[in-house]
Amino acid sequence: MPEPASDVAVEPGTEKKTLIGKRIPKLDAPEKATGLARYLEDLKLPRMLYGKILFAGRPHARILDIDTSAAKAMSGVRAVITASDIELVPFGYGRDNTALKKDKVTCVRDEVAAVAADTPQIAAQAIERIRVTYEDLPVVTSPEEALADGAPIIHSKVPDNTPFRYDYSHGDVERGIRESDVIVEDTYCLQRVAHCCLGTSGIIADFDAQGRLTVHSLTQVPFLYKHDLSRIVGIAPEKIRIIQPPIGGGFGSKLDVHPFEPICVFLARKTSRPVRLVFTREEEFLATPTRQPMVIHLKSGARKDGTFTFRDVGMTLDNGGHTSWGATTPWISMRTFSSLYRVPHVRQHVDVIYTNNIYACAFRGYGNPQATFALESQVDQLAAELGMDPLEIRLRNANQPGETTGQGMVLSTCGLKECLETAARNAGWKEKQSAVSGQRSALGATAKPPDRQSSIANHQSSVVRGIGMACLFHVGGGAKIYRSDGCGTMLKLDDFGGVTVLTGSSEIGQGSETVIAQMVAQELGLPLKNIQVINNDTSLTPWDVGVHASRTTFVAGNSAFRAAREARGKLLNAAAARLKKKPEELDLVEGNVVERPSGEPLESIGKIIRGLHFGRARNELIMTTHFYEPPSTPPDEKHMGNISPCYAFGTHVAEVEVDLDTGVVKVLKMCAAHDVGRVINRLGIEGQVEGGIAQGIGYCLCEELKVEAARVLNPTFTDYKLVTTTDLPELNISFVETRDPAGPYGAKGIGESPLIPVAPAIANAVFNATGVRITELPLTPERVLMKLNQARADRATSGDSPSTDAKRRKKG
Amino acid sequence: MQDLIDKLELAFTVNGERVSVRVAPQATLLEVLREDLELTGTKYGCGEGECGACSVILDGKVVNSCLVLALECEGSEILTVEGLTANGRLHPIQKAFVDHGAVQCGFCTPGMIMASYALLEENPSPTEDEVKRALEGNLCRCTGYRKIVDAVLSLARGGASDA
Repeated sequence: MPEPASDVAVEPGTEKKTLIGKRIPKLDAPEKATGLARYLEDLKLPRMLYGKILFAGRPHARILDIDTSAAKAMSGVRAVITASDIELVPFGYGRDNTALKKDKVTCVRDEVAAVAADTPQIAAQAIERIRVTYEDLPVVTSPEEALADGAPIIHSKVPDNTPFRYDYSHGDVERGIRESDVIVEDTYCLQRVAHCCLGTSGIIADFDAQGRLTVHSLTQVPFLYKHDLSRIVGIAPEKIRIIQPPIGGGFGSKLDVHPFEPICVFLARKTSRPVRLVFTREEEFLATPTRQPMVIHLKSGARKDGTFTFRDVGMTLDNGGHTSWGATTPWISMRTFSSLYRVPHVRQHVDVIYTNNIYACAFRGYGNPQATFALESQVDQLAAELGMDPLEIRLRNANQPGETTGQGMVLSTCGLKECLETAARNAGWKEKQSAVSGQRSALGATAKPPDRQSSIANHQSSVVRGIGMACLFHVGGGAKIYRSDGCGTMLKLDDFGGVTVLTGSSEIGQGSETVIAQMVAQELGLPLKNIQVINNDTSLTPWDVGVHASRTTFVAGNSAFRAAREARGKLLNAAAARLKKKPEELDLVEGNVVERPSGEPLESIGKIIRGLHFGRARNELIMTTHFYEPPSTPPDEKHMGNISPCYAFGTHVAEVEVDLDTGVVKVLKMCAAHDVGRVINRLGIEGQVEGGIAQGIGYCLCEELKVEAARVLNPTFTDYKLVTTTDLPELNISFVETRDPAGPYGAKGIGESPLIPVAPAIANAVFNATGVRITELPLTPERVLMKLNQARADRATSGDSPSTDAKRRKKG
Repeated sequence: MQDLIDKLELAFTVNGERVSVRVAPQATLLEVLREDLELTGTKYGCGEGECGACSVILDGKVVNSCLVLALECEGSEILTVEGLTANGRLHPIQKAFVDHGAVQCGFCTPGMIMASYALLEENPSPTEDEVKRALEGNLCRCTGYRKIVDAVLSLARGGASDA
């Protein structure tokens, strides 16, 4: 096993029992499995009231009057507030939102009034008794409408309805075009999907006698949240404490302050009582932001030998009626377009456009699943044009360790080639590729590479099989989009060898608590049960930027294990003095100070700590702190820069079955290989990959929050389809351990990666099965059948075989 | 209007204990369990019987407690996730969920465990397909279901018991 360059990346006692890489059950799992875990909706404070919000229910309208008298007159109603009762501090990334709307509403989910009452039932009735008089305004339902001449202006400060534009380039795209032997161009449409956290959104706001605010919040970014909330509600940050109860799913949805949160604070302030506000499922669908929908126009080229030459990207984002983080997701899309595979010339232009639709925030992958769908579909389209195997074209262009990408990202480690080879091997790529290629005649459409003789006997069956692959590139150790991307840890050893780890990082179900405890236990040679992690209270824990950018294992892990390594040094020095040995002659194993190399226990760690505490010469406690700031740099104004200390790679191979009569696509098998640097908790990391695959299958095949005429059509689990147990494909998951020198024990992040390549891998497999390229998600049976029928019709009329809508150009 | 209408007496057995409580006629079993009995292990996920987070056992059958009127449970026996844990020891299903990594955010977990309990009571040696079908009505957004199915299969009599 090659040793990493940095000494800090290696765990002590490797040759002995190590916790690193083992299957460790989550520390919080027993609480959750017994029903004892107290989620936000399980908490009740004395005299607590229940909050409820009135949403506009119309997409674009002037508010003429709000009559709250009937609601206020109800018994049990303690407060009714509208925009006139609060400070209207603009917030959100575009500073275009307020907690309650004053003059007009710009999307159906706009918050207009709110109530606090003795029971949830009274609150709901009171909401119904608020009378709002609106004057409806013309509704803008798409970016095209928003850009048309004479289009209604949605926010007066942005008369062209285009609040953000981004441009990126490296190299010279025109030169890339000249140097291409083949060029493919296509448009990819990515839909709105909802996070569907099983626990709905909620908050409890509680003031004390001195005006200090405690917020029980589901935020995944507690310190940024505190800062933002402070500004919105006009309370100094030092008077705000954020406590996070167990969080019923995050996936990026809790990366922003949402209007319901300051609303609840205003209700608590007005009533001088604690107020809890929890969404119903319908409210969750209607009034929480989605994944950013995108239309991506991508043109790219290659030489005859498959070497990529250029990419030219145009993206249009429907920003909806307000701006949350969705508008910034092209920052990450950009990094995939610029840097997945080696490509010398890249250009990207993005327009973010206001409409009266609902708006979008962060969602696992942050613009990358969208970009990867476009790019990895197009890589297969290029391969088809060139008559190349999709695996070969990817291997030819794969990034290599040590290279710096066109956007300035330094690939300290890169296991892309190994991921491609591993996933392809596990999937039986070579055999299955050739086996399925002949089936396409079943449909009548042919695809390139030209049909080979099929080895499958059952040509007449309406069900055909296909195999497809896609890769991913993502940040592996956070993304420095703020001035600091760091995390603090405080570590306290008690007299009995128990350790309290106070970490700024948050647990949202992903397992960071367990990973951090493992690292600390490993460093200190203590059993895992001796480690307690406190990670949910801003008044106790040190600063952290939050759960995003797949950063927690890397950044919070680095912070925790460095704090633990310092404590380890103190323990070893104390033990050496006590035992009259040199520190390097000693090790810490399973709660004992042991002799190297025999491993013979000399003294319990607890006794060493007590010896320091109650010592005669000098009384001392062991407490250490570490603030870890990753060695990454914020992007410059041209979006260039090494925003993460390491990068994650992966390959998924999907095997699918397509029913040509019904359009139903079934994923039979998914082989995933991920460069994770180093596995810390095998059980946890498998869970991340399995969960990402399931979310990715949903994104690809069945999930869409449908919005028509700016209204949401399917705000229920009956009409919004999530994958369930019976949709589960056979899984084969592998980890490529490249041991990043900057990672804790060599680890990189994993959280977002597994979702990213799922949809294009499936779409490529559908193409492989049918010869039909579908560039719009989700691949519902209707859409697939429509495309298959279209391909049949095209073939019947032209005798040709248009396997894709892409415009293609070949150069002589 | 719950507060305006007279409440009615409901007597039933919850986790082996006789309970009597006054409830509004339109109160659901989920509301009574969570609000009146403070058995908050049973979760609200959708209120419409779509997600399974509120699954409990009613007279031996798994139900979505959000769709059951509390007063319909007069004289019935209810088992919730809290009732599985005896003397602070995890029930084998709870332990299997912990050990197999079947818990992430944990919000669907009590419902999943109750649905699994109902399955294993009825069919102690289910096949993988039977497990999947039995849990099809319980949504999970974190795990991708694999480890949940593995956890239940590990308890199938005569089946594989390893993760």
